[in-house]
Amino acid sequence: MFDRLIRRVCAAAFLCLLAVALTAPAAAGPFEDAVAQLSNDSFSDTDAAISAIASSGNERALPIIQALQDGRLVADPASKKVYIKERDGKVTDAASGEGVAASFANLGSVRLNNRLRRAVDAAVGALTLQSPDPVRRLQAAQAVFKSRDASALPLIESALPKETNASVKRAFAEAQAAILLAKPDAPETSRIEAVTVIRDRGDQDALALLNTVANDPSPLVAQTAQAAISAVQSTLALWSGVQNAWYGISLGSVLLLAAIGLAITFGVMGVINMAHGEMVMLGAYTTFVVQEVIRTRYPGLFDYSLLIALPLAFLVAGLVGIAIERGVIRFLYGRALETLLATWGISLIMQQAVRTTFGPTNREVGNPSWMSGAFELGQITITYNRLWIVVFTLGVFAVLLLMLRYTSLGLEMRAVTQNRRMAASMGIATSRVDALTFGLGSGIAGIAGVALSQIDNVSPNLGQGYIIDSFMVVVFGGVGNLWGTLVGAFTLGIANKFLEPVAGAVLAKIAILVLIILFIQKRPRGMFALKGRAVEA
Amino acid sequence: MTHILIRSLDRSAVVFVAIIAAVAVLVPLLNLLVPPTSFFHVPTYLVALWGKYLCYALLALSIDLIWGYCGILSLGHGAFFALGGYAMGMYLMRQIGNRGVYGNPLLPDFMVFLNYKALPWYWHGFDMFWFAASMVFLVPGVLAFIFGWFAFRSRVTGVYLSIITQALTYALLLGFFRNDFGFGGNNGLTDFKDILGFNVQAQGTRAALFALSCIALMIGFLICRAIVTSKLGKILVAIRDAEPRTRFLGYRVESYKLFVFTVSACMAGVAGALYVPQVGIINPSEFAPGNSIEAVIWVAVGGRGTLTGAVLGAVLVNYAKTFFTSGALAPYWLFMLGALFVLVTLLLPRGIIGTLQHWWAPWRAQRIEASAQKAASRAPHPNPAE
Repeated sequence: MFDRLIRRVCAAAFLCLLAVALTAPAAAGPFEDAVAQLSNDSFSDTDAAISAIASSGNERALPIIQALQDGRLVADPASKKVYIKERDGKVTDAASGEGVAASFANLGSVRLNNRLRRAVDAAVGALTLQSPDPVRRLQAAQAVFKSRDASALPLIESALPKETNASVKRAFAEAQAAILLAKPDAPETSRIEAVTVIRDRGDQDALALLNTVANDPSPLVAQTAQAAISAVQSTLALWSGVQNAWYGISLGSVLLLAAIGLAITFGVMGVINMAHGEMVMLGAYTTFVVQEVIRTRYPGLFDYSLLIALPLAFLVAGLVGIAIERGVIRFLYGRALETLLATWGISLIMQQAVRTTFGPTNREVGNPSWMSGAFELGQITITYNRLWIVVFTLGVFAVLLLMLRYTSLGLEMRAVTQNRRMAASMGIATSRVDALTFGLGSGIAGIAGVALSQIDNVSPNLGQGYIIDSFMVVVFGGVGNLWGTLVGAFTLGIANKFLEPVAGAVLAKIAILVLIILFIQKRPRGMFALKGRAVEA
Repeated sequence: MTHILIRSLDRSAVVFVAIIAAVAVLVPLLNLLVPPTSFFHVPTYLVALWGKYLCYALLALSIDLIWGYCGILSLGHGAFFALGGYAMGMYLMRQIGNRGVYGNPLLPDFMVFLNYKALPWYWHGFDMFWFAASMVFLVPGVLAFIFGWFAFRSRVTGVYLSIITQALTYALLLGFFRNDFGFGGNNGLTDFKDILGFNVQAQGTRAALFALSCIALMIGFLICRAIVTSKLGKILVAIRDAEPRTRFLGYRVESYKLFVFTVSACMAGVAGALYVPQVGIINPSEFAPGNSIEAVIWVAVGGRGTLTGAVLGAVLVNYAKTFFTSGALAPYWLFMLGALFVLVTLLLPRGIIGTLQHWWAPWRAQRIEASAQKAASRAPHPNPAE
């Protein structure tokens, strides 16, 4: 009994010492004593030992406390030895970490009560705050920020000046500030400083935390907090604006991708191709087939599946497009409304053909590793697949623009767009240009399908979902002008995403449709309309 | 009035009206009075089915009026059809009264289910038939008037107009799918009981609705004939064939277009209103852009600009649809429908009736010439030909 008391006094003394010099090199004696103390099977001894071990800075501290938490820590009161039963069934000496080959059937686990369990949890938190792994330190700091556990304060205060990793340091500072704000007895100056730290964090959590001190008894703290709240609110508004803009750009790039091929065929030939959405669908199914072949034959190539699918999708959709042009549309020039009906019929046939071949259900198209996952930019999360689609869309747009500008086919296409008869008189084979243009437009729809297979369900109805939106983009942007399509797509995408939080997704879409209908009244030929004789053609 | 009627009825129109009138009388009689065992008995399900075709025929007629004679290709006429249907559906819902599942005397079942406390303002008045019946005309008519007023004044023509009509019906589709729009959301309006005090399911009511559909089709046909044979009709055809030239000749093109578009929308609304009690449901899928495009192909199959062709096309295509989608060939129906779109536009641009008229034209011209010669030999000073 008496020696127990002495041990506790000693332990308490060590605790005080170690609390000051937290990461002091492991002192062999006190740490081992504290570990041995766990074998006494007394709750108060265990309590003291937990504190001593947690503050020892010894690398064995975390495994021991975790074993205690899981009930894997066994003790031999006779030899004062403590062992850890590892998860794989091995047994190691707690203090040294060396494996032991002995039978421990007669040994009992070190027991815990509720008070001790709390102490153990706090100790695990504190120990991970000192973990050598910065990721774990960051997680621990974030956990403290959420729990505002005042007992972690000394640990954080001592760890903060030594921390070298910038993001972990900030997390420590924020955790410290959160604790200080939750502690009304902390000095006013440090609490005001804490408000500043939290204000700089500037997210929803910060706002919630600041709201708790907005009516603080200390008028100075309350005042700073209120100023900080409005600052955070404006930061939040800014970030939500940035987020909406990003979503809008992402949606706009999808619209652009779907509409760009349509813009070419509509612009050059004045042909409404209702089967355009089905070209997108063909591209998506090409991706599916490519991935199936890769999965069964060459699993190692999976990450390249999209790169392989791109040219194939262009070819498949392009050839189908040329076939449609040569087989049907060629006979309907000058009868735009009939073309519309005929291509609608083609779209029905293609949908049903795909449905009978691949089944009516969604087919799974996987994301390659470089397209899955996300990263944080400030307070918004950007997924890689959306980012790649934006990049890809802009790439396709640039290539197309250069093609129209610098290749002979592009020149001929522009000539036919501007004045078909004049172009024909100049010796341009307009019907060949028509076929190639239709093939190009369809091919681009095909590669749009490769990209859209990454974010949408690959089903026979895939194209249907895009056709009306694509028309809206082309009509809004103006026919025969790729820049119009670009501006149209991003305007509609961003407008849609900014309306969504206000009106809800469906109403936003309806509002956009109504706005386009009204816009067309004002400018019947779109934003960037061709001028001159081509208009009446 | 009578001279308009006489002018609008040429020989084929008389034959058509006579056929419809005969069907309107005969089919209900054969259904109600002939015993089921008889060979001549028309089963009730066929009455309802053909009643549905007649409503589609009226819709096709309304599309033919604007597309065939004025060159306006509306890809959103299903919207007017569905709006008329919803107006009728709202009347039928209010007639259910406290016989619904929840037994609420005022609120339809779906409103009770969606926690509505009071009837939305736009549902008031639909318990009275005259109000609902006028809404069947007014709602599509006013929407078409507003839409057309904007579209035609700013000279939105051709494919642009087609696309924005499609956007119109798509926007309505999205809206009516929403529960908080107050039209039953996804499920629409259904579970009807009475119309004007008669049970909707009863054999007699069905026969009466069939006869009414025939009469509506007949009246619609006569109105269309009256329009297209008048001077107004000639101007419409002029607009179809050369809009700028007509405008330069001093005609207010947009007023003519607006008039005919509004009339057509009202006709589509009536078709929808007659359709709903016969099929027993109206839901947002009626707004689907695909439906409107399908209605256009009925007209194309029958022959646009012929009126009788629109009716024939609607009945033929829908009969084929019922025939094929109910059998083992069901998976191939979309292939056939798609092929129909392509083949009709490529090979039969005049449609069935149009092609027949084209073949008959030389023979008819010969006959007219012969009769003119005969008249000339009798009268030494013939009036100049009109």
